[in-house]
Amino acid sequence: MPMDEIALDHGHDAHDHKPGFFTRWFFSTNHKDIGTLYLVFALVAGIVGYTLSGLIRMELAEPGMTFLIHLVSVDAESIRAGIIEAAVNAGNVGAATDASVLAQVNEAILTAKTEASKSFYNVVITYHGLIMIFFMVMPALIGGFGNWFVPLMIGAPDMAFPRMNNISFWLTVAAFALAVLSMMVPGGNGVNGFGGGWVLYPPLSSTAGHSGPSMDLLILSLHTAGIASILGAINFIVTILNMRAPGMTLHKMPLFAWSMLITAVLLLLALPVLAGALTMLLTDRNFGSQFFDPSGGGDPIMFQHLFWFFGHPEVYIMILPAFGIVSHIVSTFSKKPIFGYLGMDYAMVSIGAIGFIVWAHHMYTVGMPSDMKAYFVAATMVIAVPTGIKIFSWIATMWGGSIDFSVPMVWAIGFIFLFTVGGVTGVVLANAGIDHALHDTYYVVAHFHYVLSLGAVFGLFAGWYYWFEKMFGLKYNKMIGYAHFWIMFVGSNLIFFPQHFLGLNGMPRRYVDYPDAYALWNAVSSVGYLISLVATALFFIGLFEAMIRRRKGEANPWGEGATTLEWTLPSPPPFHQFNELPVVKTEGGH
Amino acid sequence: MRYIIAFFSTMLAALPAFAAQPTPGALNFQEPATRIMERVIGFANPLHVGMALVAVFVLALLIWVCIRYNKRANPEPRKFSHNTLIEIIWTTVPVIILVVIAGPSFSNLLYQENEPDLVQIAESGDLNDPNVFVEAAKQGWITVKAEGMGNWAWTYYYPDEMDADGYQVQFVSNAIHYGLPSDPPATPEKPRYLATDYPMVIPANRYIRYQTASDRVIHSWTVPAFGVKTDAVPGRLNEGWFLVEKPGVYYGQCSELCGKNHAFMPIEVRVVPQAQYDRWIETMKTGDIDAATEMVQVIDTTDEATRLASVE
Repeated sequence: MPMDEIALDHGHDAHDHKPGFFTRWFFSTNHKDIGTLYLVFALVAGIVGYTLSGLIRMELAEPGMTFLIHLVSVDAESIRAGIIEAAVNAGNVGAATDASVLAQVNEAILTAKTEASKSFYNVVITYHGLIMIFFMVMPALIGGFGNWFVPLMIGAPDMAFPRMNNISFWLTVAAFALAVLSMMVPGGNGVNGFGGGWVLYPPLSSTAGHSGPSMDLLILSLHTAGIASILGAINFIVTILNMRAPGMTLHKMPLFAWSMLITAVLLLLALPVLAGALTMLLTDRNFGSQFFDPSGGGDPIMFQHLFWFFGHPEVYIMILPAFGIVSHIVSTFSKKPIFGYLGMDYAMVSIGAIGFIVWAHHMYTVGMPSDMKAYFVAATMVIAVPTGIKIFSWIATMWGGSIDFSVPMVWAIGFIFLFTVGGVTGVVLANAGIDHALHDTYYVVAHFHYVLSLGAVFGLFAGWYYWFEKMFGLKYNKMIGYAHFWIMFVGSNLIFFPQHFLGLNGMPRRYVDYPDAYALWNAVSSVGYLISLVATALFFIGLFEAMIRRRKGEANPWGEGATTLEWTLPSPPPFHQFNELPVVKTEGGH
Repeated sequence: MRYIIAFFSTMLAALPAFAAQPTPGALNFQEPATRIMERVIGFANPLHVGMALVAVFVLALLIWVCIRYNKRANPEPRKFSHNTLIEIIWTTVPVIILVVIAGPSFSNLLYQENEPDLVQIAESGDLNDPNVFVEAAKQGWITVKAEGMGNWAWTYYYPDEMDADGYQVQFVSNAIHYGLPSDPPATPEKPRYLATDYPMVIPANRYIRYQTASDRVIHSWTVPAFGVKTDAVPGRLNEGWFLVEKPGVYYGQCSELCGKNHAFMPIEVRVVPQAQYDRWIETMKTGDIDAATEMVQVIDTTDEATRLASVE
C-alpha cells in the first residue's frame, strides 16, 4: 500500500516516533489518538450531561419547586427597590423598614426565582438530552471506539482519510462549545438557554417561542455536529469498504466493524434531513421564511416529520455500535464463535433499514389519519423480530460456552437483559391505541432510557472495560469494575423502572413539578440517581487508580476467546500498526 | 414513611369505583371512564403480562447459561455456531406473537380513531354491544373545542351553543396552582396542579366530539381516564371523540412541552348528568360564568361511587 508509505513519515522505522505533545494531540491524524481524544471529550461532555440529569432528579425528588430556585439568579435589588418605592409613593414613608413590606419583597423575589426556575428546568432537560446524544454517546461509541477499533479489527493501518478524521473531531468540539455557549446566552424565555426540548419542535423553537440568540447558536451547534458526523461516517464507510486486510471479505468482518458500517450509512442518510430541517428553522427565525409557520402556509408538523426521519435512525445510530461491542464480548468470554454470525449481521442491516420507515410512531398524537397510524404500528412492531434474533443469538453464543464473568462480560449480560426490558416496552408503545394513553408520559421516558441509558451506556461501559487494557496498556482494578457495574445496575434500574408506573398513571414528561400523588415513585427515582452517583464516582476512581498504579497490560488478557485482530497487537498498540498487512485465513474471522 | 403507608394502603384498600386523578404510589393506569380507555386497558394489561413474560424468559435463559455454562461448570466450550431450526423458531415465534398483538391493536386503534356513525347506531345499534351507545347516539353529538393558549391556559368553545349575542359559548380555563408562593392551598376539591378555575363541563352518556387547536405553540389535550390525547397544533384543527359513562371530575395535564408553565396547564373536566349540564349551559349563555361554575361544584347523582370519586 504505497499511500501508507507516503502518509507515514516514519513508515520504515520499527520504533514508535511519536510527534510532540501539541502536534500529537491537536493536529492528530492517528486514528488511535483521535479515538482517545473522542473518549476524553465524551467523558467531559458526559459529566456535563450527567450533572444536568442530577438537577432534574433533585428538582423532582419531592413535590414543590424546591431545588432549582437556588440555582437561578434574579435581580433582587430592583424588585426590592420597586416595591419599596411603590409603598413610599403610596404614603408609607417608613416602607424600607416596614415588616409587611419586607415580607412582600421576599415573596416577590421568591416568585421571580420560581418563575425563572420553571424556564431553567426546561433548559436543563433540553441540554441534558442534546449533550448526552450528540456529545456523549455518539462521540464515545462512534468517534471513540469506532476510530480505535475499526482499523485495528479490519487490519488497516489507519482510517482512510486521517486528516478528515481530525476535522471531524475538532468540529465536534466546536459544536459542543457552541452548545455550551447557547446555554449561556438569552433564550427569549426569561432565562439563558433554549428550553424547547431536544426535539426542537417549532413554534416553540421559532421566534414565537424562543426569540433569543440561544436557539440560533444551538442550530449552528447541531449543524456543526452534523457535519462532523457526516465526515466521520464517510470516513468509516470508505475505510471499511476499501481497507480490509487481504482475505477479510465483508462476511468475515468482525461484527463491531459491521455495526459501524451500518451506523455510518444511517448517519449519512439521516443527518442531511436534520440539516435540512434545521436550515429551514434557521431561515424561519432569521430571514422571514415560513416553512413551519401556519400563518404563512407552513406546517409545524412538517418539522416533526423531518426531525423524526432523522431522529428514529438516530436512536439506532446510538445502539448499533453497542450491539457490535456486546457481540464481541459475549463471544470472547464464552470462548465460542458468535452464534449465527450472518443472522446477527443482517439483523443489524434490517434494523437499520426498517429504522428509516417507522419515524411517525413518535407522532401518534399529532393528528395523523388512522391508516397512517396503522401502517406505522405494523412497521414498528416488525423491528422486534431482528432485535429478538440478536438477543437470542447472544444467549445462544453463551449456550455451551465456558463463560468467564470478567468485568466487560457482566456489563454485556446486564446490557442484554436491560435492553430486552426497554425493547418490550417499545412493543407496547408501538401500538398507537395504547400510545394515545402513554405518549409524552414518563412511560416513554422509562422506555428510551432503558434502551439508551441502560442499553447504549451499558454497552459503552462494557466496551470501556473490554478494551481499556488494549487502548491504554494498563490494567484496571477488577473489583472497582465489578462494584461499578452492580451499583450502576441497582441505581439506574431504581431511577428508571418506577418511571413506568408514573407514566402509566399519567404523569406527563418534561414537568418541573407534579401532583402530590406522583411523589413516591419520583422520590425512589431520585434515590436511584444518588446511587448511580456512587457508581459514577467508582468509574473515575477506577480510571485514576489504573493511571496511578500503571500495572502493565498484556497484548491479550482475555485468552483464546479473543480472536479479532486487535488482540494480535501489543497493548497499547504501536503508534502505527499493520505496516505489513495481516492476511486473514480462509477459515478465519467468524 | 407516609409514602410507604400511602403505597400499601392503595394496594390493599378497596379503591372507589373509579379514580378521576392519579393515585399515590399507583402502579398502573388510572381507572377508565370511557369505553376507549377500558379497551386500552383491556389490551395493555395482558400485553404487559406477555411482555413481562418475554423479559422474564430472557432473564431465565441468561441465568441458566450463567449457571450451567460458566467456566467452572463447563470448562470445555463447545464450538457450534449454527442451528438452523432454532434460528427459524426464534424468528417465526416473535412474528406470530406480533401478529397476535396486531389484532386487538388495530381494532382498538380503529375504534378510537374512527368517529362513530351516530345515525346508524341510533337506527340499528346493538343494545348489548358495549362499544356503541344507542340512547346516546339518538341525541347526537356535543362538540367542544379546546384551544391551547399562549399564556398556558385552555379556552373551551361550545360551537353549537350560542349566547344571547349570537357568540359561541366560550371561556378560559386557568390553573389554580402555579408552584408560586401565592398559590392557594390544595384541597381534595382543588388538587394541586390539576384543578382549574373554570372547568370544562360535559354531560355523561353523550357522544362528545372534541377538537383541539392552538394559538401559538403546540400543546396536547389529554385526560388519562378517557384514553384520549390529541395535540393542539397551530394551523390545524384536530378532532376525536369519547363518551363518558360515569359522572365525575376528571383531570389531565398538558402533554406537549409548551414553555415555562407547561406543568401548570391542567385540564379539568366535570362530567355531569344531562339535566345539570343543560342548566349549566343555559347559565353560561347568560354570561354568568361564576354562577354556572357554582352549579357544577356538586355533581347531581345518587350514585355513591360517583360522589366518592368527585371528592377523592
